[in-house]
Amino acid sequence: MNVGLVQALLSGLLMGFVYSLIALGLSLIYGVMDVVNFAHGEFLMLGMFLAYWFSVLFRLDPLISIFIIIPLLFVVGVGVYKGLIKRILNGTRISQILTTFGLSVFMANMAMFLWTPNYRLAERTLTRATGDLPIFGVHVGIPEVIASLGSIIVFALAYYLIRFTRTGRAIQATSIDSEGARLVGINIDNIYAITFGLGISCVGAAGVLLATFYYIFPYVGTFFSMIAFATVALGGFGSVEGSFVAGILIGIIESLGGFFISPAVKYAIVFMTYMVVIILRPATGLFGW
Amino acid sequence: MRFGGLLANHDVTFDIYPGEIVGLIGPNGAGKTTLFNCISGFLHPTEGSVLFKGENLIGLKPHEICHRGLVRTFQITQPLRDMTVLENVMIGTFCRHPQTSQAREKALAILETTGMWPKRHQMGGELTIPDRKRLEIARALGTEPDLLILDEAMAGLNPTEIQDAIELVKNIQAQGITLFIIEHVMEAIMPIADRIVVLDAGRLIAEGPPSEIVRNERVIEAYLGEGRHAKRKQHSS
Amino acid sequence: MPKISRKTVLTVLLYLGIVAITPLCSKAPFYRHVLIMVGLYGLLGVAWNIMGGYTGLYSFGQSAYFGIGAYTSTMLLVKAGVSPWIGMICGGILAAIVAAGVAYPCSRLRGPYFTIASQAVARTFQILMTNWDYVEGAIGIPLPLMADTWWLMQFKGKMPYHIIIFSLLGIAILVCYYIERSRTGYYFRAIRDSEEVASSLGIDTVRQRIIAAMVSAFFTAVAGTFYAQYVLYIDPESVTQHALSIEIVMVAAVGGAGTIWGPVLGAAILMPISQYARALLGGAGRGIDLILYGIIIMLIAVVRPTGILGFFQRKPAIEGEGGDDIGTTITASTGTDDEVRGSAGQS
Repeated sequence: MNVGLVQALLSGLLMGFVYSLIALGLSLIYGVMDVVNFAHGEFLMLGMFLAYWFSVLFRLDPLISIFIIIPLLFVVGVGVYKGLIKRILNGTRISQILTTFGLSVFMANMAMFLWTPNYRLAERTLTRATGDLPIFGVHVGIPEVIASLGSIIVFALAYYLIRFTRTGRAIQATSIDSEGARLVGINIDNIYAITFGLGISCVGAAGVLLATFYYIFPYVGTFFSMIAFATVALGGFGSVEGSFVAGILIGIIESLGGFFISPAVKYAIVFMTYMVVIILRPATGLFGW
Repeated sequence: MRFGGLLANHDVTFDIYPGEIVGLIGPNGAGKTTLFNCISGFLHPTEGSVLFKGENLIGLKPHEICHRGLVRTFQITQPLRDMTVLENVMIGTFCRHPQTSQAREKALAILETTGMWPKRHQMGGELTIPDRKRLEIARALGTEPDLLILDEAMAGLNPTEIQDAIELVKNIQAQGITLFIIEHVMEAIMPIADRIVVLDAGRLIAEGPPSEIVRNERVIEAYLGEGRHAKRKQHSS
Repeated sequence: MPKISRKTVLTVLLYLGIVAITPLCSKAPFYRHVLIMVGLYGLLGVAWNIMGGYTGLYSFGQSAYFGIGAYTSTMLLVKAGVSPWIGMICGGILAAIVAAGVAYPCSRLRGPYFTIASQAVARTFQILMTNWDYVEGAIGIPLPLMADTWWLMQFKGKMPYHIIIFSLLGIAILVCYYIERSRTGYYFRAIRDSEEVASSLGIDTVRQRIIAAMVSAFFTAVAGTFYAQYVLYIDPESVTQHALSIEIVMVAAVGGAGTIWGPVLGAAILMPISQYARALLGGAGRGIDLILYGIIIMLIAVVRPTGILGFFQRKPAIEGEGGDDIGTTITASTGTDDEVRGSAGQS
């Protein structure tokens, strides 16, 4: 097989795991709270910048600071839920869309105001884990490998939390029937706060991992939001397992599109794939029923 | 021309003749609403046919069926919330009267006959349950149907309101409109229906005038016991 | 034809009066620039409103149609010397055709799904324009300076632009006014409230959604042509970027979606804020206006989703959809419930 093709498939796969983790947060929040978080990508951006500043100011490697940033973003997520999302849960669709959109506009531009629109990373390397790794006769960057491994680990932890813990079962119950969950004594408000915090932690963790090799800039989030929407639509809104598979698919579609057509239009191909999926299966994605 | 429908759903076959009131009863989950959705174009049955005025309705979209003179209401009332009662009914009357002024005139006339006229400027979302049910019917009448199918138009009403609703249904029949009614409230449907169709577990188990239906053993077994149960549930909820 | 009421006449006179007097208040070019921006975004907001406000299709991808308008007229002018006025119509028609092509397959999508899809389309369009060499890709196209004439829609001063944009806005408002009073307008609002009910009452919802998308795209593209002629330089970054789509939605939502004057009011409030913030703070203040937008829109969405115009109107009906029904059912029937329970207890 063509070396370039193997390279493309491999890097697509590695990026795919990161997409899975990003999509998990979005899908979780939608599945449990029925809110599409249009500011999802901005929390990824926040994760990236936090990793950057921890590295610049405290010389902390992102692989260490991630242990600080994940709980930090959980708290941020709970705060955003209490202060904002809670107020629109029973609102109209347009108020839900506008609120999270307003949040995304606010966060992206606040980042631009505070941290300038410059692309970062070129100026310094954040992590000590650098270099290339030869796999199947092609070279892939160690940061990419670490990011995808890290994404798999965080995804697995979140999956464990949702499927096998008491809190996780309460989250599942709430997503199936919030009224029923309320009747059996589950504190819905707490579950929503935890879910939102968890979703934000996941996407923030992905941001930290991406920060080791991806450009960091204030508008990076709007772009990743689109990728996350495409992934979640592919996997089925609200489906955890669907997010995982769809993330990998999106990563591979993107890199194959870049390989066979042109790197410049690879995201256009991802978005078109997304359009085809939602037109054919608007509510369920590829894996839902 | 033969007016009326040959309806099939899980081996369900029956006819409705012009000017009749036909009641459809059956325990919860018997497939009544599914049958309605198939007739009105919201669901497409895997096989079978729905003949209306000699034409097969299967494959037509709800709006096409409406234009052919068959219209439905919804079990869970769906007033257009951000529109007034008058505007709600105008959405129906626009079906036959594209001009706004004509549509408004026609809608006001319907509001008068259905007793909703005093509330014409209220918003759809502000109505009480009986008014919502009435609005559903008024809106459907606006499309000037030949066959009106009502999905539980009386559930959740108190006895006085049920009497009003019965009057309304008789009134509609007097205008020459055929009615096909799903109903849970037996006291409401039995006196007004010309014929009753009973569905259980997706199958037609009896068909005939109300007086025969109440004596039919299979119906008593399958439905009336469950019916009383359902009524108790409804009252205590 | 419905008779023209005194209120309508007064409104038209008031509009013409404000449009005529405002530019005379100051000769400062920047002040007049701000007014033109109000007109431009007012037009974009009115166009969005037909789709978003009335029909409930919350498009976050209007930048694609703006781009089609800007590029169509510019390419016709640069390559063939066609007057921008003709280019404006061509761009509008092309955008309407594209919008129909997008709206048809998207006709089953609702709420946030539609929003995301509209965004995906606009982003794809931006990527394609950036990589299309025939339209100079990311480099962009400077419009040739020709002559100060109406035929080429190029002027040295700002007044002609002012007149053009507010005339276009006036036309869009008239169209919106006409739609609101016609069957189409009623059908749009019915679709916004419930597509299920709409189709049961004989409305071809797919067809109505396509009409809404086409009218909206047409006027958005017209605004795009105007922008190209006003700035005399276009590139994918300026005429197809995502921020533009956001600003369009904000203008309509802040003023009041689903009302004729809401988007105009929104533009009149937001454009001075953003233009002066940019001018005062310069490069350091990049994004300040959008930070403010973000805060304003969150506040409005939480406090009063009907926008600022909504504050002056009657309290809207109970908000929410679907699930809310049960809540209102319970409160509405409490009175009769006891009655039923009482009789059940006796039997």
